[in-house]
Amino acid sequence: MPPTSPPQPLVKGAPVAVPSLYGRRAAGLLVILAALGITGLLSVSFGANPLPPVRAWEVLWSRDGSEASHIVWTVRMPRTLLGVLVGAAFGVSGALLQALTRNPLADTEILGVNAGAGFAVTIGVGFFGLTSIHGYLWFAFVGGAAAMVLVYLIGSAGRAAASPAVLVLAGVALTVMLNGFSTFLTLIDEETFRALRSWKIGAIAGIGLDETVAVLPFLLLGLLIAVLLAGPLNSIALGDDLAASLGTKVGRTRVLGILAVTLLAGGATALTGGIGFVGLMVPHIVRWFTGPDQRWIILYSALAAPALVLAADVIGRVIVRPGEIEVGIVTAVVGAPVLIALVRRRTASGL
Amino acid sequence: MNKSSIAFGYRSRTVRNRLFSGRASVRLLTVSAVLFLVAVGLAAVALTHGDYPLTLQQVFATLFGGERGFEWTIVAGWRLPIAIAAVVFGALLGIGGAIFQSLTRNPLGAPDVIGFDAGAYTAVVVTILVIDTRSYWYMASAALIGGMGTAFVVYVLSYRRGIQGFRMIIVGIGVAAMLASVNTYLVSRAELDDALSVGYWGAGSIARVTWAPMIPALVIAAAIVVSAVLLAPAMRRLELGDDAAVTLGTRPGAARLGLIVTGVATVAVVTAAAGPISFIALAAPQVARRLTRSPGVSLLASAAMGAALLSGAHLLSLLIAQAYRPVPVGLITVCLGGGYLIWLLIRETQQRYGLAR
Repeated sequence: MPPTSPPQPLVKGAPVAVPSLYGRRAAGLLVILAALGITGLLSVSFGANPLPPVRAWEVLWSRDGSEASHIVWTVRMPRTLLGVLVGAAFGVSGALLQALTRNPLADTEILGVNAGAGFAVTIGVGFFGLTSIHGYLWFAFVGGAAAMVLVYLIGSAGRAAASPAVLVLAGVALTVMLNGFSTFLTLIDEETFRALRSWKIGAIAGIGLDETVAVLPFLLLGLLIAVLLAGPLNSIALGDDLAASLGTKVGRTRVLGILAVTLLAGGATALTGGIGFVGLMVPHIVRWFTGPDQRWIILYSALAAPALVLAADVIGRVIVRPGEIEVGIVTAVVGAPVLIALVRRRTASGL
Repeated sequence: MNKSSIAFGYRSRTVRNRLFSGRASVRLLTVSAVLFLVAVGLAAVALTHGDYPLTLQQVFATLFGGERGFEWTIVAGWRLPIAIAAVVFGALLGIGGAIFQSLTRNPLGAPDVIGFDAGAYTAVVVTILVIDTRSYWYMASAALIGGMGTAFVVYVLSYRRGIQGFRMIIVGIGVAAMLASVNTYLVSRAELDDALSVGYWGAGSIARVTWAPMIPALVIAAAIVVSAVLLAPAMRRLELGDDAAVTLGTRPGAARLGLIVTGVATVAVVTAAAGPISFIALAAPQVARRLTRSPGVSLLASAAMGAALLSGAHLLSLLIAQAYRPVPVGLITVCLGGGYLIWLLIRETQQRYGLAR
């Protein structure tokens, strides 16, 4: 493991940059934590029966058996908790993918990992009649890993790293193909269609606490691996050869990275059906504060992505009351312009 | 017809008379003719398949025998429009793909990849679910407006000191992702019956095409083919670059606008009648180019290849329906075409960066 001490400036003459970076990181951490707190409070306050945030705050600390306390503790807390978990999972897996593929446009949704997991879950539900997450969770892992490896093979077919655009296209091709198969399976069986209709669009509503708890260990394991990989990923950013000469085990890092992405994205997809573009947006936003150091990017992504997911969820709950718009739809509508803006930049690198 | 005295590097035939003068590669003409024959042949075989199996002899006897019985209703009334749709829509998609690949100068620049399909589809879903109509003209105009609108948005968003192929494609993917989530939202809020029917249609199916929507579609298709034939020389010249095209007597702005309108119209016609049928427009021009060994994409060969591909996919969907369950033809083209696109990407990467280790 790399030492936890901050990186020393390589150039002696540029010490000025370092304090400002610390300042930015501290300010960023404050902003992100504040955003997370506010969105979390809004998430337990808003809904079909809105509570004043002050009341929600009271009820959070004293569970008094009132109606408000019942709503907050049985409906909105599990939902908020789930939002935090899947947000962290998708955000960190996006950061990992961007570092692993050295591609600023990487996201589990764009590269087809979510579609792979979703397709496998559709098979599990359609062919094997699985109804509980304990069963189809494993399908999600296998499907996500297979899609991840496939995109990776396409990306590394040439001698040099594939261009970001090619990887994105490969992921999109894989996504439409897998979604085609999934659509086929849901169309031929009305039961599957009904079971998966709302699951496929990335909702964090109506998912039981027991399901979240069932996936929790896998998500935590994925986050742990991601944090441990941050150091080696920093040296991989210099190129495979240089990373190897610095003592990083490149192959092992990649395999573990794929494993972590699979655990995070597969588990979160099994819960929600896939929330896209969170993993694309969050690392880019986080980099404004942290600079290119993966240790900070991954840590901050794990905190900032939940805030984004909760914000999207609250927006989806508020704008079409009493109905709701699923988180996945809101993040796609917000995130797709980010993709467009990134590709419009002259050099789409930023890494 | 006489043989040219100039060696073009390939065998060609030249036609010169008062109205028309042109030269075409023999190989291109032969391949296109063969592909069209294959398309028609596959469509004819498709006429025999279904819940009420017939032999080819029976089909021909019914079609040309003059008897108006039960089998006439099945063959001419139900199956013939679908078989014609497979050939005509395939050809249209091939033309649309060739136009956009030529304009974007990129083998990936098909209308479905750029996101026009998604726009046309969203417009039609809104028409079906919100306005609650299934009239062909409503759906066709909605598809046209949706496709054009998306085309315009994608073009404007990807314009930055000129249009660059990959940027346009990624912008298209982003716009398509937004539209797709809107579609998903609308479908998930609809009644289950409506949702199933939109879902089936949204997967791209020609199995429910009847004569009623086919006749207007065929009229528009004829207009598209005429304008494509008229614009083909201008498209060739635009491939040389705008400056060269101007010196050769083409107005690039007008020609490009005409080509874009024609290309979007192909997608709109097909989407209105059959839903989004992906990847024919992507694959047909490139496969045809390899078969004809032509330097650029050719409208004629792409149309022939598109027709053959969609007829083949249609026949395959009928065979799967016989063995298992009905499958929308669009799902077959998505699955085959997605694989083709992945293969194309691997190949391009290998060519550009050397072979894999």
